[in-house]
Amino acid sequence: MELLANLGDGFAIALSWQNIGLALLGCFLGTIMGALPGLGPSNGVAILIPLAFTLGLGATPSLILLTSVYYGAMYGGRISSILLNIPGDEPAMMTCLDGHPMAKKGLAGEALSLSGIASFVGAFLATWGLILLAPQLVKIALLFGPAEYFALFALAFMTLGGVSSTNQAKSAFAAALGLGLATIGVDTQTGVPRFTFGEVHLYDGLDFLVAIVGLFALSEVFIFLETRHGGSDAAGRKLTIGKLYPPVSMIRQTTPTMLRTSFLGFIAGVLPGAGASLGSFISYSMEKKLVDKEGTFGTGDPRGVAAPEAGNNAAAGGALVPMLALGVPGSGTTAVLLAVLLALNITPGPLLFSQNPDVVWGLIAALFIANFMLLAMNIPMVGLFTRVLMIPSRILMPIVAMVSFVGIYGISGSTFDLLVMIGFGVMGWVLRKLDVPLVPIILGTLLGNAMENNLRRAVTIDNGNWWTLIDSPLAIALWAIAIIGFVLPLIVGARVKAKMHQRRDEEGAISD
Amino acid sequence: MSDRIFGVFGIILAAGYVIAALAIEESFLSDAVGPKAFPLIIAAILALSGAVIALRPDPEPHWPALARLAEVAAAVVVLILYAEMLPVAGFVIATAFAAAYLAWRLGSGPLETVAVGAGTSIGIYVTFHLILGLSLAKGPLGF
Repeated sequence: MELLANLGDGFAIALSWQNIGLALLGCFLGTIMGALPGLGPSNGVAILIPLAFTLGLGATPSLILLTSVYYGAMYGGRISSILLNIPGDEPAMMTCLDGHPMAKKGLAGEALSLSGIASFVGAFLATWGLILLAPQLVKIALLFGPAEYFALFALAFMTLGGVSSTNQAKSAFAAALGLGLATIGVDTQTGVPRFTFGEVHLYDGLDFLVAIVGLFALSEVFIFLETRHGGSDAAGRKLTIGKLYPPVSMIRQTTPTMLRTSFLGFIAGVLPGAGASLGSFISYSMEKKLVDKEGTFGTGDPRGVAAPEAGNNAAAGGALVPMLALGVPGSGTTAVLLAVLLALNITPGPLLFSQNPDVVWGLIAALFIANFMLLAMNIPMVGLFTRVLMIPSRILMPIVAMVSFVGIYGISGSTFDLLVMIGFGVMGWVLRKLDVPLVPIILGTLLGNAMENNLRRAVTIDNGNWWTLIDSPLAIALWAIAIIGFVLPLIVGARVKAKMHQRRDEEGAISD
Repeated sequence: MSDRIFGVFGIILAAGYVIAALAIEESFLSDAVGPKAFPLIIAAILALSGAVIALRPDPEPHWPALARLAEVAAAVVVLILYAEMLPVAGFVIATAFAAAYLAWRLGSGPLETVAVGAGTSIGIYVTFHLILGLSLAKGPLGF
């Protein structure tokens, strides 16, 4: 049992005091970030990356901290969905539908603990899915040459727009913008400077961490300033929780739902271009079709709470599979997590599993540990997090802005990077107004160089023959999926997307 | 209308990108593809998507009133000043002012404004500098 041996090694790494402490800190911060409307998994992780980086944490500890934040945010999002009918982050949107009616019926405590259990089931099963599926995907990825990798990157960009935006042209624009930003700097193959306009600071290229923090965190601050949304969403409302443990009959009633939607959510997470939001959306829709015989969904049906929560947490785990095994993230937050790996000079993908097994298995073990921590935090201690909802954003947002500056200043200590970050913040704000998704931009700046290098390697190996890009069956298959992934949403996706993005506001641009 | 302007801007951006790409000096030791090809492909996608956005615009986004727009612009100016002043004034002082400004503009009262400014700045200084050892900008006063 090689798998169990690997997992055992992973636990040996994850069970150091430092790593347990980081997982605990990550779970705690993640739950808070998920719970607070306005801070979601992607901007939460974005703010913390430069800090993890400048504090000199190693690869495994950084990843443990940040994936704990990611998992934590997935748990935390439901709290404000249920209590306030305002999703704490995008994936928690579907939880409002039945969670808030349950709270209105005086079952807030039951809804919170049930959704906590559902989150746990989803995340737990998805972590097993990750263990079983990722090594298989690695075996396929080992067959990839440069042409296949180029096709794979194209696939990631073309499918990412499928669900992350309501307008394919805008996601294509965003991807091209990100790739264009990545070409700034000295060309890695021939050493000539490109698009630097003589600015020495640009020779290294733009630091993608600066772009991420500016686009995700700082633009959020501008949105709050613009709407002058300084209060707390919970102000003036009584947050009563009541009984914290659901009756056994309720758990028994929802168990099949949890198991089904965990599976579905996991698949949705693994698929390129989908993320936790889609995971919770299709989980809820499927359960509604499948078990809602009496039409109780939407009126506080416990199954309607369990389905999206199990779905989005399973999707969060599933989204880690392509990120770790192929180096191509399928969702917003995993794109940000990819930045962590790249910042630490670790190339994700098949080689990660053979060259840095300690990172992979340490991370997986830490996910199991984090999951139990989150279950403990989110059921008995959920009262603590509901109090966080009372913090008004006029206090929170200055802190978010300043911590972003500290992180970026810590990386390079240069004012230039801070100015670039402010520039990205403004750009992020305008693009969010225009409903242009930000995730493809990030993915473009992250993957741009790798994509170009693979293209040039493939064509150079074949003596300048561009047809080499579609020369193997594998490459053709990848291109076919990419094209279907891009075209299909144009035909059938409009309806699904319209439903998913009913809250057609700026939040949609950083959907996960 | 916003989308039409945005789309046209995208096309202009793509054109500028093409001009800058064509101006790249090629090294005599180039590979078969060269440093220009990939940027040109991207420019094509950029221009194409810009054109589609301009021709098939989405419904108008909700733009804020001029006063709110000025609010965002003022915040940008303050943050730029903050970035410039950081090495001059030192982390604690600059951050206290910037955080207080943001809190004030988000609707804090006078007392809360001062508390948020001082609290954020000292809190970050203690956590990140004193406890975690991150190096922050040093001003003339040493903090």
